[in-house]
Amino acid sequence: MSSEKLDLLQGTLDVMVLKTLAAMGPMHGYGIARRIEQVSGNAVLLNQGTIYASLVRVEQRGWIESNWGTSENNRKAKFYVITETGRRQLAKEAAYWERLTGVMDKVMAMRPGEATEVEPA
Amino acid sequence: MSILRRTRERGRAFLSKPQLDAELEAEIATHIEFATDENIRLGMTPVEARRQALLSFGGVNMAKEQQREARGLMKLDILMQDLRYTVRSLCRDPGFTVVAILILALGIGANVAVFSVVNTLLLRPLPFPHSEQLVWIAPPPTKCGLSCGTYTTDAYDGFRQQTRSYQDVTGYFAFSGPGNLRLSLGGAPIPATTIDVIQNFFQVLGVNPAMGRAFTPADAQNGAAPVVVLTDAWWRRQFNADPAIVGKAFNMNGQQVTVIGVLPKTFDFGAVFSPGTKVDALTPLNLYGPPRDWGNIITFIGRLKPGVTIAQARSEAQAVSTNLYFSLKFPETKGNYKDLIVPVSLKDYVSGKLRRSLVVLWCAVGGILLIACVNLSNLLLARAAARSKEFAMRSALGASRARIVVQLLTESLVLSGAGALLGLVLAFAVVQWLAHQGAVALPLLTTLHIDGAALGWTVLIALFTALLFGLLPGLRIATGSLQESLKDSGSGSGQGRKHERLRSVLVVSEVALACVLLVGAGLLLRSFMKVLDVDMGFQPEHAAAVNVDYDDSAPTDTASAEKRGVIFRQILARVGSIPGVQAAGISDYLPLGQNRAWGTPFPKGVKPPDKIPATPLVYVVTPGFVRAMGTRLRGRDFTWDDKPTSENVVMIDEALARFLANYANWPNGDAVGQVVKQGGGPDLRIVGVVENVHEESAEGETGWQIYYPATQAGPNSAQLVIRTSLPPDTMAASVMGALRELNPKQTAAEFRPLQTFVDHANSPRRFFLLLVGSFSALGLLLAALGIYGVISYSVTQRTQEIGVRMALGATLGRVQLDVVGKTLKLAIVGIALGTIGSSLAARAISALLFGTAPTDPAAFIGMIVLLGGVSLAAGWIPARRASRINPMVALRNN
Repeated sequence: MSSEKLDLLQGTLDVMVLKTLAAMGPMHGYGIARRIEQVSGNAVLLNQGTIYASLVRVEQRGWIESNWGTSENNRKAKFYVITETGRRQLAKEAAYWERLTGVMDKVMAMRPGEATEVEPA
Repeated sequence: MSILRRTRERGRAFLSKPQLDAELEAEIATHIEFATDENIRLGMTPVEARRQALLSFGGVNMAKEQQREARGLMKLDILMQDLRYTVRSLCRDPGFTVVAILILALGIGANVAVFSVVNTLLLRPLPFPHSEQLVWIAPPPTKCGLSCGTYTTDAYDGFRQQTRSYQDVTGYFAFSGPGNLRLSLGGAPIPATTIDVIQNFFQVLGVNPAMGRAFTPADAQNGAAPVVVLTDAWWRRQFNADPAIVGKAFNMNGQQVTVIGVLPKTFDFGAVFSPGTKVDALTPLNLYGPPRDWGNIITFIGRLKPGVTIAQARSEAQAVSTNLYFSLKFPETKGNYKDLIVPVSLKDYVSGKLRRSLVVLWCAVGGILLIACVNLSNLLLARAAARSKEFAMRSALGASRARIVVQLLTESLVLSGAGALLGLVLAFAVVQWLAHQGAVALPLLTTLHIDGAALGWTVLIALFTALLFGLLPGLRIATGSLQESLKDSGSGSGQGRKHERLRSVLVVSEVALACVLLVGAGLLLRSFMKVLDVDMGFQPEHAAAVNVDYDDSAPTDTASAEKRGVIFRQILARVGSIPGVQAAGISDYLPLGQNRAWGTPFPKGVKPPDKIPATPLVYVVTPGFVRAMGTRLRGRDFTWDDKPTSENVVMIDEALARFLANYANWPNGDAVGQVVKQGGGPDLRIVGVVENVHEESAEGETGWQIYYPATQAGPNSAQLVIRTSLPPDTMAASVMGALRELNPKQTAAEFRPLQTFVDHANSPRRFFLLLVGSFSALGLLLAALGIYGVISYSVTQRTQEIGVRMALGATLGRVQLDVVGKTLKLAIVGIALGTIGSSLAARAISALLFGTAPTDPAAFIGMIVLLGGVSLAAGWIPARRASRINPMVALRNN
């Protein structure tokens, strides 16, 4: 089990892109993809190419902006930067993920028999 | 917000595809380079570094595709692809494309043109504001012409005062004949037509003049300065669209008349109230002048108050009618109009009678569209069969069935779109032409044009036809088995046969539809021929009429009659001496034109029954008139000896004579020489009995007629009728010359052959026949094309088989017979089904027929012979080709 990579849930890649840009400042596509791989400890199943569909989707929503620039080793690359709306969206997404993981934790922590002890709301 | 923004961005991305693609390409290239650099730094060889970089990137093309999908409008992309592909493949097959677009253009064009007619005459409200409030107020139809469709001035005043349902009631003088306005600009007076309307006419209809003003009550008073309002058409034609015309005065009918306004282009009096005639001007009707005592002269038009229904107006009119006087001078005429005042919606009055014809026309043209669709379906099936391998290949390469069907539907849409465009052009031409058929007595025809509704209709039927003819072949292809199609060599195996069966079914239905159209057109044609054969009671050939000006003003009626007698006698003597003129006479009204009634005379000494079924129409005529008309006469004609002072004489028609004979004790029931009386009037001796004349239409029932001598009764005008041995047109110059010689002020009036009166009366029927006839000809052509297509295709498919049979000894005749037999089988099944359909359709249109039974054998036999013949011809061409097949070549083929 642990040797297999995780399949990404629909939409999660977009959040990862936003978070990466928020944390790291302007980056190009390759950098973002590498960063996500590194942070996840290579546990995410990611064809690096898929990042571009995600980037264009997020950019069209106005959450990030892009500009052509020059990299540290003097290559022309397209750099992405998160916008103000992007940050607000990220905050919303983060809150959502927190709630979701909290609920998932509780559900997963459920043991046989415990169900009967749930208090009425 | 972000959804909206995203959609906008996607749209933009779709439009700037090449640029974005290039950008993505560059971005991915840099990505790979970055990855390669990093891998080299980790100690890989450059080749390995790049390999690993590509590996972790995943499929480059897939990434591009994913990005494009996320970025732009994939569906639209596919559609554009399909469109490009369709246009390419249609261009590769120009023969098919041209035929298909032509068929569709004819079908759609005919539909749009007819829709415009139906829309104008039936669907669209009349061209007045709140036209649903307008009502036509008249007695139920009777047999005594305009006099029984109009009211007196006293009745008008009474009705207007006593009713509460109307915002206002107006009307016009119903007896204005063409050419009643003589405009003198120096030279011979120019004839024009004016209608006297009650001064509130334009207010009630809601028409505002384009220039100047409408009439006011002051314009219609005794002693008011004469004024006129011009129609747009006359203003342009006669006055060169003079922008400063308002306020100018012209000599009209001998007095200076001031132009006070010009009507808008959208107002056409004739188009609404008097189809097929041209009205040039409108003048105010002075209700308090001479018309006060002229009897029934005014038609009523009312505008209901908002919220008042026709039923309410009707019951009110019923109640009010008992209180109205024919004439206030005669108290006993109170209640004369009981039950004779019935408001109907103006729209119904104008076009209600045409509803049935128009619906039939619409169905016929719908039939054409169906035939065109079936034909197209058939062509597409043939094409699809030829392309089945292409489709099988595409689906083997991964195209889904839906994708292929969508591709085929795109093809149909492109075809129907092109067809609709061309059809619209055709429809535009047809509608232009129809709108200029001013002589056709159909209401509103001159206002015909292609409008937004017609454009919408075009789009609708283009989509509908595309679905109809595209879906069947599309499904056929999509449900076909992949393997079979790949194996099917296209000649003689299962799939080919199945296609052929389907195509035969289509052809049979096409033939059946054409059948129904042909029988319908045949029945209408037979009816029209019957109408032309009707004995009108006069001979329109070799006769012509012209409006003659005369001045019989004199202090007394007798003196006036004497003066008139002298003038008329002089005119007739002079015109009668022109070479080629066989007979000449004058009447104030002519059949199929204006008319009026004066009441029914009754045998002297017999008390009339309470209810007399009709009132005879009155014609005030000179000696020689009945002969000039070619009307047969028993007894004697009037003579110049029937003077104002001598015994009063009349002629009546046979139907009235028979009716009167029922009440009198006449020897042999013969009216000739007997005396009748009308009310308190003088004795009238019947000197002649003439044949019954069709005075309103050729196909309608005839009423009664009574003739008074122009020397004893007052005519309203003088229509000179001549009968010639030469073509009537050639007489115009000499007759007009003679008239001008006698009266230099004679108007340059139109010289009209009597046949034009008959043609005008028959014009609606001729119009519908022309349309239905051309539609069925089109249907026949399409059906023939369909048969030809199927048979020709099957011959091509079976070239090898035919080759084998010929190699084995089948004769030329045998092969031809086979092909022709196949054709006949299709035609016979189609005709059999069509005959059943036709007899149902014929019953539905029986109300439009005249003197023709819906089962008329000539129409049915004609249809069978025509359709059979055309089918045979359509099959004969491929049959000849089949018989020319060279067995050697055919076998070597494939």
